Amino acid sequence: MSNKVWVYIDQFKGKAHPGSWEALGVGNSLAEKLGGGVTALVFGEGAQDVAAAAFRFGASEVFFTDAPSMADYRPEAYAALISKMVKDVAEVLLFPTTTRGRELAAICSMDLNTGVMPDVIGLEVVDGRVVATRPVYAGKLLTKAVCEATPQIITTRTRAFPAPKEDPARSGTPVRVEPVMAEEQIQTKVVEYAPSGGGVSVSDAAVIVSGGRGVSNNPALTPPAGLDEKQAEIWRAQQGFKLVGELAQVLGGAVGASRAAVDAGYIPYEHQVGQTGKVVSPDLYIACGISGAIQHQAGMRTSKVIVAINKDPEAPIFKLARFGVVGDLFAILPPLTEAMRKRLGK
Amino acid sequence: MKIVVCVKQVPDSAAKVVVENGQVTWGDAPLVINPWDEFAVEAALLQQEAHGGEVIALSMGGESAREALKHALAMGCSQAILVSDPAMAGSDSQAVARVLAAAIQKIGDVDLAFFGKQAIDGDMGVTAAQTARALGWPMLSQVSVIQALDPASKTIRVARSMEEGRQVVEARFPAVVSVGKDIAEPRYPSFMGIRKASRAVIPTWSLADLGMTVPTSVVKWPEITNPPAREVVTEIISGDSPQEIAEKLADKILAEKVL
Repeated sequence: MSNKVWVYIDQFKGKAHPGSWEALGVGNSLAEKLGGGVTALVFGEGAQDVAAAAFRFGASEVFFTDAPSMADYRPEAYAALISKMVKDVAEVLLFPTTTRGRELAAICSMDLNTGVMPDVIGLEVVDGRVVATRPVYAGKLLTKAVCEATPQIITTRTRAFPAPKEDPARSGTPVRVEPVMAEEQIQTKVVEYAPSGGGVSVSDAAVIVSGGRGVSNNPALTPPAGLDEKQAEIWRAQQGFKLVGELAQVLGGAVGASRAAVDAGYIPYEHQVGQTGKVVSPDLYIACGISGAIQHQAGMRTSKVIVAINKDPEAPIFKLARFGVVGDLFAILPPLTEAMRKRLGK
Repeated sequence: MKIVVCVKQVPDSAAKVVVENGQVTWGDAPLVINPWDEFAVEAALLQQEAHGGEVIALSMGGESAREALKHALAMGCSQAILVSDPAMAGSDSQAVARVLAAAIQKIGDVDLAFFGKQAIDGDMGVTAAQTARALGWPMLSQVSVIQALDPASKTIRVARSMEEGRQVVEARFPAVVSVGKDIAEPRYPSFMGIRKASRAVIPTWSLADLGMTVPTSVVKWPEITNPPAREVVTEIISGDSPQEIAEKLADKILAEKVL
């Protein structure tokens, strides 16, 4: 008897994206209502460790590949195998909302002639079918969505669902499956891979300390000679982001930024939080020198605890904040970093 | 090079979007070209400028979508086509992708189709990959750099952004490319471009023109609501010195038990 709920574990270079385990947890809560257990798919070459971990995180059945043609993530090859395996078997197919998960969900929805509900933050089962809740307009609105075809394909937003506890007592034997596309049938070739510069990514972070336009406004600093006005502004901003980064590091979090700071060239785009950046939902969000434009709010308003530090008492960010400090971030951040370091024993 | 860029008309990102009497409304905020699609138009124009050929802007939507197409024309696209059919109202993303794929096939001999990474209204982020699959073309998504492109051998090499870093991928045309913000800063429409766009004749294709019937939509949206208000009482932390404020704030943050 096959399981009705299937989950794609987003494995990359031998590491599962943490959103995968959250999706597996969601899969188990759906399976409680729909019957059966959860089948997990782990694709790659030599990803047996992740396949074994899938049992500990709650899968009752695990399929894995161990083939050179599956070593690199390539959507056409991965989607073809997922579609073949779940066809006529799965009622629900879950992915974590990662770059890869969203793309595979989209491709499988076409292969399987069904629909996809991406970036879901809530799920219930009504009359044996899944009703999903997903944010639209960057979370300004919420919509319910249903998929009338099978399998119902869903991607779960990272950090929107609790991760299941890893149970060391659980184990099983993963079943090896063979790819459906031969190397020469695959349309793309991966020629190189460059890991990002390190640090915690804002998408996955439990804590984010963000800087805005205000980080470049420290009057106490004198930029080195020979810089033009724009270079001096960026130099000032980088000193400001250093303070933001130090607090983030003590809290084990990521550095975020407003669109204004990114557009001004203070910090790379991968840090941008907001409607045209990343939509995040950390446990703690500390906004430094960010006024809180509606586009920025759309990207962080579901954070659990928001702290705002801003010179302007009228800044809209204070309306979202649990704690606010009306003041100079350059004065507040160094002692705040010290105070947290002391309390966290770092 | 024949390049298609798909664009969508959406409410401005600064719009206050709310549900009133079950209807989505954004007051008098303007409709604009989806901001992500501006990056796609820019990426397409850069390739056309480097390798010759033309860029055709394509949109599916109501009459208002013409404005998004005009913006693309004003930026420098050579032609625009609107796919519009009342029968497509309430379509899901798979249905839209099948129609876009049919339009791209009708345009014919297309080398590359560019998309923005997602539309800021539905936030689905799946249409590009679905269109690629409908066409049977390789999907190069979240592209941040086009490293090389050779029209003679019909090959493209791109760096795509993923959570863990950048993956450099090679593929042969035709292909679908979706881009993020780091591809290139979109140009502003020029005065000449705006004049040209205002005079442009934008043909409208119906489903019949594409030789297809209404594709089935299976995803339904039974309910749309305003999110629950954020119930937050803001506590302003003050003190005689930054040190005192910092100490107080640190205690308050720890008391929330989120660390």
